Amino acid sequence: MVQTMMKNENNIKLNVQSSQVVSEELPVVKNNKSTVFGTKDFNLWYGDHHALKEINLDIKENDVTAIIGPSGCGKSTYIKALNRMVELVPIVRTNGEINYRGRNIFGANYQVEELRTKVGMVFQKPNPFPKSIYDNIAYGPRIHGIKNKKILDEIVEKSLRGAAIWDEVKDRLNQNAYGLSGGQQQRICIARCLAIEPDVILMDEPTSALDPISTLKVEELVQELKGNYSIVIVTHNMQQAARISDKTAFFLNGEVVEFDNTDKIFSTPKDQRTEDYISGRFG
Amino acid sequence: MRYIDDSVVMKRMKTRLNRNKGWKALFLTGTLFALLCLVILLVRIVTQGVGYLDWDFITNFASRRPENAGIKAALVGSIYMMCIIAPVSMILGVATAIYLEEYAKKNKINDFIRMNISNLAGVPSIVFGLLGLTIFVRALALGKSLLAAGFTMSLLILPVIIVAAQEAIRAVPQEQREASYGMGATKWQTITRVVLPAAIPGILTGSILALSRAIGETAPLVVIGIPVILRFLPDGLLSEFTALPMQIYDWAKRPQEEFLYVASAGIIVLMLFLVIMNSIAIFIRNKFSKRY
Amino acid sequence: MASQGFRNGQSVQDLIAKSRNRKGKKITEKTMPILLFIAALISVLTTIGIVFTLIFETFEFFQRVSITDYLFGTSWLPFSGNNPTFGVLPLILGTLKVTVIAIIVAVPIGLAAAIYLSEYASDKARRTIKPILEVLAGVPTIVYGFFALTFVTPILQQLIPSLKIFNALSPGIVVGIMIIPMIASLSEDAMSSVPNSIREGALALGATKFEVALKVVLPAALSGIISSAVLAISRALGETMIVSLAGGASPTFDFSVTGSIQTMTAYIVQVSSGDAGYGTTIYYSIYAVGFTLFVFTLIMNLLAHYISKRFREEY
Repeated sequence: MVQTMMKNENNIKLNVQSSQVVSEELPVVKNNKSTVFGTKDFNLWYGDHHALKEINLDIKENDVTAIIGPSGCGKSTYIKALNRMVELVPIVRTNGEINYRGRNIFGANYQVEELRTKVGMVFQKPNPFPKSIYDNIAYGPRIHGIKNKKILDEIVEKSLRGAAIWDEVKDRLNQNAYGLSGGQQQRICIARCLAIEPDVILMDEPTSALDPISTLKVEELVQELKGNYSIVIVTHNMQQAARISDKTAFFLNGEVVEFDNTDKIFSTPKDQRTEDYISGRFG
Repeated sequence: MRYIDDSVVMKRMKTRLNRNKGWKALFLTGTLFALLCLVILLVRIVTQGVGYLDWDFITNFASRRPENAGIKAALVGSIYMMCIIAPVSMILGVATAIYLEEYAKKNKINDFIRMNISNLAGVPSIVFGLLGLTIFVRALALGKSLLAAGFTMSLLILPVIIVAAQEAIRAVPQEQREASYGMGATKWQTITRVVLPAAIPGILTGSILALSRAIGETAPLVVIGIPVILRFLPDGLLSEFTALPMQIYDWAKRPQEEFLYVASAGIIVLMLFLVIMNSIAIFIRNKFSKRY
Repeated sequence: MASQGFRNGQSVQDLIAKSRNRKGKKITEKTMPILLFIAALISVLTTIGIVFTLIFETFEFFQRVSITDYLFGTSWLPFSGNNPTFGVLPLILGTLKVTVIAIIVAVPIGLAAAIYLSEYASDKARRTIKPILEVLAGVPTIVYGFFALTFVTPILQQLIPSLKIFNALSPGIVVGIMIIPMIASLSEDAMSSVPNSIREGALALGATKFEVALKVVLPAALSGIISSAVLAISRALGETMIVSLAGGASPTFDFSVTGSIQTMTAYIVQVSSGDAGYGTTIYYSIYAVGFTLFVFTLIMNLLAHYISKRFREEY
């Protein structure tokens, strides 16, 4: 409860500063941040295909954690395991644990809807609903039972501001979100995700379908958001990982090869395979 | 040495090109023949029937005398029947489509349901009439009522509506569902708030086309035993009634020539009915066609 | 800026937590799939209903008429007073006459239209013609029946003086016209799904469009075309109103197409429009005939399904 209250205040601050880059507000690096996602000996199979092998990975609060690796290395599978979206594929089996705030999300009576309310997701392809911008943002609060129009108005505005798109769309909240450009659509999707004030935001290659300028805007946004949210971002773009993340995990063939501070990974990787990958020898 | 002699190729070219032209003309003739049939059919019926088409024709009951014959009972009966068919077939059809597309796992039972639906679509309408006669008219003792006919027709067009609804639901991109689940929505919330709103135009278009088939269908009504000369309007679900195609069938069978014109007038009313329904369907399709 | 007032300083997650675990939501999630499954079962029940209805009443019929007399008898005279005969072959023959004539009309024309639309027509022409063909498919069969009786038959009588008012030819032709759109549309779909790269490969060698259509597209789309024809046959077998109005009511066991006939469907209509008392042999006979018809169409439908599955081209 105390935690959420604090978070609320952070949000207010963010609102005031609106679209400025909040560089001076970067959190002081705490040495022992609490763990958001603790992954312990996690395995995942698609039918017979062993897609994730013995994953051990701790994701810390208010970090931007980048996951990189060549296509098919399991990075998307891993991020989709964090909110159990991976279970939409019917042939998936798992064992081991992923603990969200200390509770195993694959445990017997873990409510998947509750998990996804705390852990938001932004997808590879912008996927707004074919509804108005307002209804897109209000979707999350509404399905969770918030009906008060004034509260919804407030949430919509705050989320759109938080996603740095308020000024672009405030005059056309009732227009279909499909009228927006791809980059704007993706920020609408981020705003939609912010509307339920999640604890963690998962981003699955959020800029891969966007042009360079939209990509830049989304990257700036990620920087702004990390003051309030823990962010896990899958990217195939190593420069992007280097630019925006605090920690980087390198996946290869379903295994975590290396996980460390981003500057470390990109300057002095321990593993030869990591070095080969980031220097562009394969992938 | 060259295997291909250019002069031979060129000589044959001409016949090949001519053959292409000839066949193209033949294929076009085939297409035009089909269109011509439609034109002849429509022109013929309109010219025959339009003279008998006036307000009295709409407001009069059926009669033994052609000049007094009207279509009131049949028109009202068809509209009432549609009011039963539309909700029954759409609720069952859409529910089945949602089940098959969103819930059904790949197993024997669901495969059987799918195969069953595709076979049901090929059962002749007259066989549905026999089903209606046995189950609804006799076993459930509904008699030759609006309800019995409405249920029979609903089952007849059910496979068509299911298939249309399945296609519309399948056309909603998976990303849309993922976005909803990603917000913590439950499956049913995702279906009612994301999938169905996006699929509704497709479902409506398909359903209206299916309904227009039900309106023009005669055979099941004959088998059920719907009366033809009726001088009152149905006053309830269990009331006897008659319908447009039944009335037309009855007139078409009569030996007096005047009744053929009356039948044509009836056909014009029926076809107008169908044109209106189809226009609505096309309007919905064009207005709400979504891009993702 | 929006004030915090409305929420009394609560975060969205607090609000969500408050409204969570509403009982209704959980119950809905559990019960909806069950309700939907029940709806899906209605279509299965319909099939079961059809099959059982037909089997039970047909069984009743065979209590009164021997099954061999029914299946192999060449005389169908159910109304002849003291000595009715129930040999179904004349009805089957009548049905087949109409179907064969319909197929002879519909397959060449439907196929020609399909080839024209898929291989020759401009995109604009295709988008105009296809919906018009769909209109043709949407015309109620009673209208076709009326058309056959009042337009096609008189014209044919001018050409063939011996043609009776009720005959097999006129309804056969009109049933053919009715199923043209079905064959054209399904065949066109099959041909359109042949990838353009294959066409381009042949065109680049200097083949004419006709050669491409005949030697490349048709063979590749053959399974779709044949299954469309089989479905059309099934449709023609079960067609009722056209043959009732224009075919007549005299089941004969000969191969003439100019004389009056009766199809299986027309017999059911004849009995239903009259007053065959419930429980009479004639009453049960319509189920036996309906069952026979059902078996015919079922075989055709399964065959069409099998052909399009078994011989589907993989691109």
